[in-house]
Amino acid sequence: MPWNLLKYGFNRSYPADRHFPLSCALKSSYDIVIIGGGGHGLAAAYYLAKDWGISNIAVLEKSYLAGGNTARNTTIIRSNYLTQEGIRFYDESLQLFRDLSNELDYNVMYTERGHLTLAHTDAAMRTARWRAEVNMHLGVDSEVVYPEDIAKLCPQLNLGVDVRYPILGALYHPPGAIARHDGVAWGYAKGAAEYGVEIHTQTEVTGLKIENNRVTGVHTTRGDIQCGKVLQAVSGMSSEVARMAGFKLPIKTIPLQACVTESVKPFLDPIIVSGSLHVYVSQSSRGELVMGASADPYALYSTRSTLEFKEELMMHLLELFPFVGKLRVLRQWAGMADMTPDFSPVMGLTPVENYYIDAGWGTWGFKATPVCGKRMAETLATGKIPSIIQSFDLERFYRFEQVGERGAASVGN
Amino acid sequence: MRCPLNGVRNISEFICGGEVIDMPDADNCNDREWADYIFMENNTRGVVREWWLHAPTSYWFIAERDTVSNEIIKTYPASEVYNQRIDYPDTQT
Repeated sequence: MPWNLLKYGFNRSYPADRHFPLSCALKSSYDIVIIGGGGHGLAAAYYLAKDWGISNIAVLEKSYLAGGNTARNTTIIRSNYLTQEGIRFYDESLQLFRDLSNELDYNVMYTERGHLTLAHTDAAMRTARWRAEVNMHLGVDSEVVYPEDIAKLCPQLNLGVDVRYPILGALYHPPGAIARHDGVAWGYAKGAAEYGVEIHTQTEVTGLKIENNRVTGVHTTRGDIQCGKVLQAVSGMSSEVARMAGFKLPIKTIPLQACVTESVKPFLDPIIVSGSLHVYVSQSSRGELVMGASADPYALYSTRSTLEFKEELMMHLLELFPFVGKLRVLRQWAGMADMTPDFSPVMGLTPVENYYIDAGWGTWGFKATPVCGKRMAETLATGKIPSIIQSFDLERFYRFEQVGERGAASVGN
Repeated sequence: MRCPLNGVRNISEFICGGEVIDMPDADNCNDREWADYIFMENNTRGVVREWWLHAPTSYWFIAERDTVSNEIIKTYPASEVYNQRIDYPDTQT
C-alpha cells in the first residue's frame, strides 16, 4: 500500500482526471447567468443542463468553488419538518440525496444515520408529537420515542436524571443523514461541466444591467456580459446582491457558528440534536465530532468565532456526553446565514423580470441543495413555478402567508 | 457595550431590537406598505443605527454599530432622535 501510494505520487501522468475544466475566458453573452458558485447554484446549473437541455450557462463565483456557506454548514439532511409545504419540499430533497452519488457518478458520502431531536421539556415533547403526526401523515418516517428506546438507539447518551435538563423523549427520524458538503458541490460542478456549463471562479458580480425592469446583463470584475436570465444564489450576501437589483428581502444576515473536535474512533452513529440545549452533533466519516449551536443574537456580516458560543455549546454537550470532556476542538468557523422571519427560504420570482432568487437559507440550506437546484432549474427553464416551491415565494410576505418552520428548522427556540 | 443609563456592561446583557426605521401610519397605509415595514430588512452591510435593550433594566436606547467589524461606534438615549411626541390616531373609536 505505501509503495503504491509513493508510485502514484511520483507518477507524472495521474490516472485521475480533473473534475472540472480550468476557468476559460468569459463569453460576451449567455442564456443564463447564475450568481453564486455554491451547492445551490451548481445544482441549478446541473439540472438546467440535464433536465432542460440548456447548457449556455455561466456560474459566477466571487471566491473559490463552494467556499461560502456550502463549506460552513454541518451537513445534516432530514425532512422531519413541521408544515406540509416544508415536509414535501425537504422530503423530495432527501429522495434526491439518496441517489445522488449514482446520479453524479461521484461519491458524496451520503450516510443514513438516524436523527434524534431530544426533548427536555413538556413543550418540546408537544412539538415532537406534533411533528411526528404531520410527518407520518405525509409519509415521512418519524416517531416519538422515550428514554428506553433512546437507550437502544444511542447508548452513549447520558439519560440520567441528575442533570440540569434530563431527557424526556425524542423525535426519531430514521432517514436522517449526513453527506460530504464539498462532494455534493464538486459532484454537481463536474456534472454541469460535462454538459458544457462554464464555471468561473474569482469572478465577482459588481452590478446588474436592468432595462425597463428587465435584467439584460451583469457587470463583473472580469468584464460585462449579456444574459437572458439571472439566478441569484448567494446566501449570506442575498440582501446586498438584491440591492443591486433594486429590491429588499425579509432577511437578516446572522452568523452561525460551528466547530469540530479532533478525530476519534467511531462511537456515535445517530445525529443528536437538542433544540432546548442549542446543540447538534454528529460524527463525521473522518471521526470528528461536528457540532453547531444556535445562530448569533444579532446581525453581522462576519465569519468570526466567539468564546461565548463555545462555552455554551460545550456546557450542554458535556451534559449529553460527559466522556467527551478530554477531546480538543480542532477547528472553528462561522457562516453568514440568511435568516427569514418564518424560518423558510425565499425562492422564485422577484420584482425584476427574468431575475430569479434563491435565498433565505438560514440554517436549512445544505439539505435542500438537490431539490432547490432541480426546482429552480425548472422555474428558469419553463418560466412557471413548480407547485412544490410555490408557497416559498417572496410575495408570501405581502399576502401575509408565511410558512412557519420555527419549531423544526433550527435550534434555540 | 456602553449603555447610556448603566455604563459599560457585558454584551450578553443586551438584546438587539433591529434597525431604527419609521413606522408608517397604520391607519392610512396599505397592506403592502405595512408588510414592507414589518418584514423587509435593509440588512445594511456597514454602519447601522439600531435599537438595543439593556435587559436587566428594561432600558431601550439607540446604538450605531458597524455590521462588518462589529464595532460599536456610539450609543445614546432614544430621546436624542425621538425628541417630539408622536401621536397615533385612536383606533378604538
